[in-house]
Amino acid sequence: MSDTHAQTVAYVRESFLEQAPPPERETGPIRWLRVNLFSNWFYAILTLLSIYVVYTLLSDFLPWLFNGVWNASDIRECREILQGATGGCFAVLAERWNQLLFGFSFPSDQYWRIVVAFLLFCIAAAPVLFAAVPRVLFVVTGLFPFVAYYLIWGGTILTPLAVLVGVVAGYFAYRRLVDQSFAMGLLGGVVAGLIVWWLAAFVPQDQPSFLALRPIPSRDLGGFALNLMLGVICVSLSLPFGILLALGRQSRLPIIKWICVVFIEFVRGVPLITLLFVANVVLAYFLPPGSNFDLILRVIIMITMFASAYIAEVIRGGLAALPRGQYEAADSLGLDYTQAMRLIILPQALKISIPGIVNVAVGLFKDTTLVSIISMFDLVGMIRGPILASTEWNGVYWELYGFAALLFFIVCYAISQYSQWLERQLNTEHR
Amino acid sequence: MSMTEERSVDQSAMKVSDEVAIEIKNMNKWYGTFHVLRDIDLTVMRGERIVICGPSGSGKSTLIRCINALEEHQKGSITVDGTVLSSDLKNIDRIRSEVGMCFQHFNLFPHLTILENCTLAPIWVRKTPKRDAEKTAMHFLEKVKIPDQANKYPGQLSGGQQQRVAIARSLCMRPRIMLFDEPTSALDPEMIKEVLDTMIELAEEGMTMICVTHEMGFARQVANRVIFMDQGQIVEQNEPEEFFKNPRSDRTKLFLSQILGH
Repeated sequence: MSDTHAQTVAYVRESFLEQAPPPERETGPIRWLRVNLFSNWFYAILTLLSIYVVYTLLSDFLPWLFNGVWNASDIRECREILQGATGGCFAVLAERWNQLLFGFSFPSDQYWRIVVAFLLFCIAAAPVLFAAVPRVLFVVTGLFPFVAYYLIWGGTILTPLAVLVGVVAGYFAYRRLVDQSFAMGLLGGVVAGLIVWWLAAFVPQDQPSFLALRPIPSRDLGGFALNLMLGVICVSLSLPFGILLALGRQSRLPIIKWICVVFIEFVRGVPLITLLFVANVVLAYFLPPGSNFDLILRVIIMITMFASAYIAEVIRGGLAALPRGQYEAADSLGLDYTQAMRLIILPQALKISIPGIVNVAVGLFKDTTLVSIISMFDLVGMIRGPILASTEWNGVYWELYGFAALLFFIVCYAISQYSQWLERQLNTEHR
Repeated sequence: MSMTEERSVDQSAMKVSDEVAIEIKNMNKWYGTFHVLRDIDLTVMRGERIVICGPSGSGKSTLIRCINALEEHQKGSITVDGTVLSSDLKNIDRIRSEVGMCFQHFNLFPHLTILENCTLAPIWVRKTPKRDAEKTAMHFLEKVKIPDQANKYPGQLSGGQQQRVAIARSLCMRPRIMLFDEPTSALDPEMIKEVLDTMIELAEEGMTMICVTHEMGFARQVANRVIFMDQGQIVEQNEPEEFFKNPRSDRTKLFLSQILGH
């Protein structure tokens, strides 16, 4: 009835229409098939062709996967069991499981230390990653680096304890002085920390066996645990450095700005593998002879430098994407530079940068396998070196590299899913 | 052009004191070599409501942005509440916390709720305890008539509501002077009135205000001085009655005929 007057010139709507569902033939799975797979003869052919390709691939892959051998002592025994049938020789994974995860020279009665460190890491990461986790767990997060160092490298507990005390002392000095000015607080904190460390350096040497775990030299670390360690340490270090570099690049002080620009451009212009060779070989020439600068530490510094330059550029993009009005609003309310950055600019810029940061983090995690080239035995190094070179498993490529790919895929996919979830959580536009 | 219905404005509290709030002397500003503001002299008394109008590019926004040092001036002096604006950061931050500002595009912080938007500066700049800051914020949100939106995010509010939140956010710092930079230019016609009403209430309470706006109805009712700018200079200033009835310069006449002529 509302359309009664629709054809006349003067027209007044008398009643508004209710919402109606779409026609039935325009919904449901049949429509989906028709629109997406068989909308015309060309697409229909493509669809059938794709189904055929997928089928051929699976018809080789699935028997290989499900017909695999899990119990054998070497590759010849695998072949005997299979007798020419298709099937993977997964026995290598079962037999070398510990080596793949922990490396080949890590003492096997000490594996629990890495497992405990990993479990603690899961607890420590929870409050950082999820806002719903109780805030008290940040205590675990704060203590984790020291506990993890103690667990993994062993030695007396006094060393990490002394470092922890130094950090705490520095923090309190910072808190006392930061009201005067930020620079004062920073300086005071650094000085207090250094004094405590200098004093504490005498203690561990007096008590080398106080609550000591068996010391494990860095060259004994290996396997997927090494990849995880490098990934976690380098990502968590490169994020703050990247933020500082990005802010430094925007600084009005020319010296700070140019230091940051030169650093970023230099590091981005050099392949990671050259930096790793530098860490491995060249740095030794520059260090005083006899100084024992841990190889893992050198590698961590290089990867962190590399990743922080990339993260800095990603965050710079986020900073540039913010409307100038946000800076002006923060300024006009009387917030100073540190407050404006911390409360207004960075939370928004980092939110915009999440996909880019995750991209760098995933790439960095996979790049940790490059350390196998400078003769560290990470997961890939283990496979390439000790396992494939052994007489028992020489020739089992697909299974081993497939397994390595699977492990990396699981971690990287989890990171990517987490970041997408986080972006949805932080979206305040239409909640 | 006027969207405000004539509404009776309570003039009783809108007294102008003889205390100087802002004094601008011989101020000049350049963008590179472009001379944006030329020899600006302006004295604003406490309690004055000043409307600045003029064609786009005339430097009116730049002028009020110089007052809270969002823009630097290169010559002359600006004194706000007895403090001379210099490049000293402490000085600038103090003036900014005394001078509230509302922007054309609101510039609310989209990652914070309405309430957090309002309490952020009092907590971090004034070191107000969170409880008190929230109480003050709710007081001002009630004043701009949106206390029920306190826990929403800016993205969920209409433009008019967002601009009223922006006003409340500034008021939470208890400013002695308010600057408005085209507060209604980005709004739909239906929402202009609610923002202007809020500004009128503010004027009735005796707030010192400088508004860049083309709402001539607002200027007539509230302003005690209208300033017309062109090419970076103050061309004419007068009481609103006289300004609209008997504009003296030809440029002002042309401008007024353009914006009032339809």
